[in-house]
Amino acid sequence: MITLSDVHKSFGPNRVLCGINLSIAKGESLVIIGGSGTGKSVLLKCILGLVRPDKGIITLDGQDVTRADRDAFLARFGMLFQGGALFDSLRVWENVAFSLLRGRAALPADQAREIAIEKLRRVGLKPATADMFPAELSGGMQKRVGLARAIAAEPEVIFFDEPTTGLDPIMAGVINALIREIVVEMGATAMTITHDMTSVRAIADKVAMLHDGLIRWSGPVGDLDSTPDPYVQQFIHGRAQGPIESVR
Amino acid sequence: MIGTLQNGLAAIGRPALDGLAAIGRITLFAFSVVSHLLRPPFYPREFLTALVQIGWFSLPMVGLTALFTGGALALQIYSGGSRFNAEAVVPSIVAIGMARELGPVLGGLMVAARVASSIAAEIGTMKVTEQIDALVTLSTNPLKYLAVPRVLAATLAVPVLVAIGDSIGIMGGWLVGITRLDFNSAVYIANTVDFLEFWDVASGLVKGAVFGFIVALMGCYFGMNSGRGAQGVGAATKSAVVAASIMILAANYLLTEAFFTS
Repeated sequence: MITLSDVHKSFGPNRVLCGINLSIAKGESLVIIGGSGTGKSVLLKCILGLVRPDKGIITLDGQDVTRADRDAFLARFGMLFQGGALFDSLRVWENVAFSLLRGRAALPADQAREIAIEKLRRVGLKPATADMFPAELSGGMQKRVGLARAIAAEPEVIFFDEPTTGLDPIMAGVINALIREIVVEMGATAMTITHDMTSVRAIADKVAMLHDGLIRWSGPVGDLDSTPDPYVQQFIHGRAQGPIESVR
Repeated sequence: MIGTLQNGLAAIGRPALDGLAAIGRITLFAFSVVSHLLRPPFYPREFLTALVQIGWFSLPMVGLTALFTGGALALQIYSGGSRFNAEAVVPSIVAIGMARELGPVLGGLMVAARVASSIAAEIGTMKVTEQIDALVTLSTNPLKYLAVPRVLAATLAVPVLVAIGDSIGIMGGWLVGITRLDFNSAVYIANTVDFLEFWDVASGLVKGAVFGFIVALMGCYFGMNSGRGAQGVGAATKSAVVAASIMILAANYLLTEAFFTS
């Protein structure tokens, strides 16, 4: 279980997170929604330790993440970055097998390549893709490779940062379905940040809305449409009028 | 009046403090890189790739620079030396000038232009496209994976480039000497070999190692601290080349002071 208690983060005078309290149960798929620039990515990076919170405690299975053994802690996570964040200089299979080829439990290259090809197949990519470079792939294929890399080491927790941004609706649907399938199949805990409502409905067990640095609303995905919260209603229906200022 | 004076002092003090803070950050970064040189994990593949990129691919540029510089140096020394009937010093002065100063300094500056910019742009782009964050989530220390192999490769490759550049530069002087200045080839070579001492060459190679370290360090530092977007990467690239060039010239003075003043 991941728990965030009173997490604050500012960048200079810009207060991004102002006391986040949130918990994600083991095996649950939580989607965080909110407008652009509301701190969703910062929240995710705080959990991973990529950004240090100014205040507050983040725990994974009761252990403070800032005091955990860093390598062991990160080995439990997989992450799909918004732009894929694939390493340009490495072939696709080397990207997917990156964590398998390094570290104390590094696998031989042949074995790591086999696993990479299997993961590529799992996300719907042919083995021929394995020897290509990321620059030779389309945006949708890069996302799939990013997804294969995120699940390569079979992590307990997977983070998805805007998984469908920049994709056409059909490819976005494919990625959403893949994420749902993989999370269910692996029994992993998932945390996704997005402002794509189709993704929310396809991926989420639970939804939390971030606004003005606070969790404005959270609940099961089934309650999303029926909640009277005006912020949630404005966001999910994409209305220009409402309590959320349209110009940020 | 006092307010104007305070503003004037602040205008001097603020950049001075910023500059000192930057020097402090670069020094800490350098210590961090050096401290990781001997600690595992090691990344031999990244090291070899950097060695080829920095050493092998810089060779044509360093070679051409040295060739033309050696030739020009021979012409200048001949022209200046003729005022004192000392034209015969051309071979020895070209050799000493190339080995001690021009080989390492021009080689270092050319490598700074080519390598510091490319390292800063590559790492800066990796930063803005979240590839550095991705490294962290894959339990890989970006400093160890990106900076250490490049700094080590440059520190080892630049002295070799300097040695080759020295040879080509001396050859440039010899070519000009025998074709334009009527030197006898055998005499020119004999004068070069007789006057050149071990320390002339070795001091240049030590300088090359220091300049290589500076070049890669600046590329990595400014790349890893790049701002956002294309503008941030562009600024990081420019800063890396400027800082590396200035530090090479400053280090060259200090090393010359240390090596050649009694």
